Amino acid sequence: MKIYDVCIIGGGPSGLCAAQRCAEAGLNTLLLDRSPSLGGQLIKQTHKFFGSKEHYAKFRGIEIAKLLQDKLTSFENLTILTETTVVGIYEDFVITTLHHNQYKKVQAKAILCAVGASEKFLAFENNDLPQIIGAGALQTLVNQTHVVPGETMVMIGSGNIGLIVSYQMMQAGMKVKAIIEANDGIGGYKVHASKLRRLGVPIHTKSTIKRAIGTDKLDAVEIIQLDEHYQEIPNTSQIIPTDVLCISVGLSPLHQLTSMLNAKSAYIQELGGWVPLLDETYQCSVPGLFACGDMVGIEEASSAMMEGHLAALHVCAYLKQSHPQAAELIPYYENQLYELRNGVHGSKTLKGILKRKEAMNAQ
Amino acid sequence: MRRLSSHPILDISSQPTITFTFEDTILEGVEGDSIASALIANGIVSFSTSIKKHRPRGFYCAIGNCASCEMNVDGVSHVRTCITPLKAGMMVKREER
Repeated sequence: MKIYDVCIIGGGPSGLCAAQRCAEAGLNTLLLDRSPSLGGQLIKQTHKFFGSKEHYAKFRGIEIAKLLQDKLTSFENLTILTETTVVGIYEDFVITTLHHNQYKKVQAKAILCAVGASEKFLAFENNDLPQIIGAGALQTLVNQTHVVPGETMVMIGSGNIGLIVSYQMMQAGMKVKAIIEANDGIGGYKVHASKLRRLGVPIHTKSTIKRAIGTDKLDAVEIIQLDEHYQEIPNTSQIIPTDVLCISVGLSPLHQLTSMLNAKSAYIQELGGWVPLLDETYQCSVPGLFACGDMVGIEEASSAMMEGHLAALHVCAYLKQSHPQAAELIPYYENQLYELRNGVHGSKTLKGILKRKEAMNAQ
Repeated sequence: MRRLSSHPILDISSQPTITFTFEDTILEGVEGDSIASALIANGIVSFSTSIKKHRPRGFYCAIGNCASCEMNVDGVSHVRTCITPLKAGMMVKREER
């Protein structure tokens, strides 16, 4: 069984940045990802990022994925395994993996989990019909494998992902028949919503999906208006024929791996659901187990990258092999994160992080 | 169902064709496809059935997390077709219930 200094699980924005820092510090590093390609959700994001230069603003996700990977090419002390799913983590930090139907074991002195999040689901009649697709999945299908699953679609959810994916599907030639939002207002940035409205896409606020219609696959959806208490208003439903229904109602952190080691976790609504508790060095309640990125709180790729750098720098310190530039980099990334979270949209995250910290201290 | 032939941002170059089998039919995919994307491009959207009521299930999460797209590939059951690259000659089937 091979023994590594650190095993990083998840090669998305957070894991890639972490791998760079661990490798730079000279740690014998293993990076695992269950997908065939690294980059996580970046590899199908054709939109440009907002923010400042440090946050890769004006670059598209697909370009950022490449930039991050390019930083990993020169390290002999870094092993990258794709199509490798972690199926178990044990108390002695033995990690069992599945790769091409082969079961293997590795061991690490420290584990850094950066596994991201999964699409939330919505309860409605016939919600399991084929052609009801998560927003991230639709983006992968169209932008990464260039397959368009139908001519028309309806989107549920008007957060940034719902709006951006709707626009991207129009770029691929689909007709977006409607965007449905249960709240009174649009969830995402106005700049995205305005772009869609200019293109004639109706955004129905205070509305929800009542049921999907179809037998072997989706044929149509029935949508209905909601009152201020989110109750259906009778006789306001309408049926919209559509090839695809896209679900974009938020993301849930994938906390399962850290929970396998009985790391303490808590349900923190502001962070998207169950998350592992962390100390100020991104370490879980289990010594040597670290976590960062969307799996410790839903944010965006920019903050996931900053957290990846930070968590890795702390992993290096934990393994007594500090990164040569740790003294400058730690305050730098902490400041970057502070700036990212200090805007209007960061207040919820900050509240969640405070709760996570309090729950950790209460343990 | 169609494949993109042009795109305002993405570079869509034509990829070499890959032949594979779904149930008893020979289908074509392209280099770079996942098994799932190749099936959808061929109009196949029902990948599995629910265990009790045998309801059809399709492509949902594309990150190997939801189990909706699991199929039998080359005799191996429960292959997550959304994160498995398509290879020439693959025998893809729905799981028997």
